[in-house]
Amino acid sequence: MSLLTLSGIGVALGGRDVLGDVSLTVDAGEFVGLIGPNGAGKSTLLRAALGLVAARGTVEIGGMPAARLSARERALRIAYLPQEREIAWPVSVDMLVGLGRAPHRGPFAAAGAKDRAAVEAALGRMEIAAFRHRPATQLSGGEKARVLIARALAQEAPLLLADEPTAGLDPEHQIGLMRLFADLAREGRGVVASLHDLGLAARWCTRLVLLDRGRIVADGPPRQVLTPQRLRDIYAVEAFFGEAAGGLVVQPLDLVASNAKNERTVHR
Amino acid sequence: MSEPARYRLLLALLGGATTVLFVLSLTVGPAAIGFGDSLAALVSGDGGAIVLIMREIRLPRALLGLMIGATLGLSGAALQGYLRNPLAEPGLIGVSASASLGAVLAIYTGLSAAFPLALPLSALAAAVAGVLVVQALAGMHGGTLTIILAGVAVSSFAGAMTSLALNLSPNPFAALEILFWMLGSLTDRSMEHVWLAGPFILLGWAMLAMLARPLDTLTLGGDAASSLGVDMRRVRFLAVFGTAACVGASTAVAGAIGFVGLVVPHLLRPLVGARPSRLLPASALGGASVLIAADILVRLIAPGRDLKLGVLTAIVGAPFFLWLIWRSRGRLT
Repeated sequence: MSLLTLSGIGVALGGRDVLGDVSLTVDAGEFVGLIGPNGAGKSTLLRAALGLVAARGTVEIGGMPAARLSARERALRIAYLPQEREIAWPVSVDMLVGLGRAPHRGPFAAAGAKDRAAVEAALGRMEIAAFRHRPATQLSGGEKARVLIARALAQEAPLLLADEPTAGLDPEHQIGLMRLFADLAREGRGVVASLHDLGLAARWCTRLVLLDRGRIVADGPPRQVLTPQRLRDIYAVEAFFGEAAGGLVVQPLDLVASNAKNERTVHR
Repeated sequence: MSEPARYRLLLALLGGATTVLFVLSLTVGPAAIGFGDSLAALVSGDGGAIVLIMREIRLPRALLGLMIGATLGLSGAALQGYLRNPLAEPGLIGVSASASLGAVLAIYTGLSAAFPLALPLSALAAAVAGVLVVQALAGMHGGTLTIILAGVAVSSFAGAMTSLALNLSPNPFAALEILFWMLGSLTDRSMEHVWLAGPFILLGWAMLAMLARPLDTLTLGGDAASSLGVDMRRVRFLAVFGTAACVGASTAVAGAIGFVGLVVPHLLRPLVGARPSRLLPASALGGASVLIAADILVRLIAPGRDLKLGVLTAIVGAPFFLWLIWRSRGRLT
């Protein structure tokens, strides 16, 4: 079943087209890596899917037109992890993760057994149970990131949209997070994560969507999307491609030689 | 002690303090009436002088102290939560300044001398006008920053018009009356003031109470709250109009009383685990306690001089706020 279908999405911000005519379908069981250079429109695409930014085109969530869903119904179907890691008040980690249960609870209902179980599961998965009583604002950047990811997991929505979830995490937790997202996909959920680390994207995602200047330029399995020529054209980098431990390895090495870059600029 | 138990204990303590102070407020005043006599007069049937003093002077004063104090605490906590800014206070969205302007115009034009309720009615009307301007300026999609800026603009304009009224006031007595009214006070208010302000204050409380859950979610920022099912337009409507209703009505009957709405949420935030939904009732009770206590103090400190309540809250509140900042300066970013 399709969890999210975007058709002809276009977004203009401040008179500039940030996204033009993007169409994309995300199915259950997919871990989609949204990649592309800075300013390609990755965050805007995620925000448009959630209705956080005015967009042309149509969005369908779980087969329903998004316009027909209430904010709460949408929250039961899609969890979102924004890029900005905002925590306004020094509330406890426990309480913050519990906010993920907001759409499941009635306006005045207290947290039920199911809510507590979801919070415990999320605390365990992100390995943050040890500091569950600490004020979230006093944590390190990486710890904060994990707390906020746990909040999104506690929401237990079929689809998770995560904007640069690996930023600020150490290698252990970056890989741990990619594993977790891959597990979620295997459990039958869907994950769309915007990523800058091409190595992680190549190794862990089931599918990559490459955005450049507001358009999708490639969409498919990592081996098809990531090619030396595309990295030169889109990212202006030369990369090492290899195989290790049964998976693809992509490591950007250096910028494309400057005359080649100029040539590329002309072609654009 | 578990967290919910600690929270319930805090609410019980604040509720107890408010009750005790409310009763004290009923028994303090220039007329030397014994503690027991004064309370008995509230419930007894005969129409003696004591009964008159209790029912027509002290009861409205204590009731208004309770209602306005709770309003200031509640709306301060709600606005700080909505704007995610610990410096927000009830006057921020321009309601207090525009209500003051309405009251000043009533004094200036002599309307308040013609019939007594002209002043609060005019203040209420001006508060409504002010908040409509803020809402119109912020538009359908305006963010919290637009609300703050619109509030600043409306406050400045209302302040300027108030100055103009002072500037052009026909005689020094009118100017003095305007100035004194603006200092904020609960002296010589009647039950009419309670009946006039009561419905608006209750309506405002109900609207702000509906913000509890959404404010918790807003800890994560506007986008995350939206993605968690919070309708941000509804939240803004409740925050702006809820504040306008209760703060507008409070200012209309008592003038602008500063610092309670800023300091009380600040003081109580660490005691409720910084949770915005829990801060709302705690801050309402805390605000009521503080304001009733201040109103008792003005009667005790200078019985004959009519020390203004707003002056006392500012004199005590500002240094206290400085101390709070000093204590938490390492944690503020």
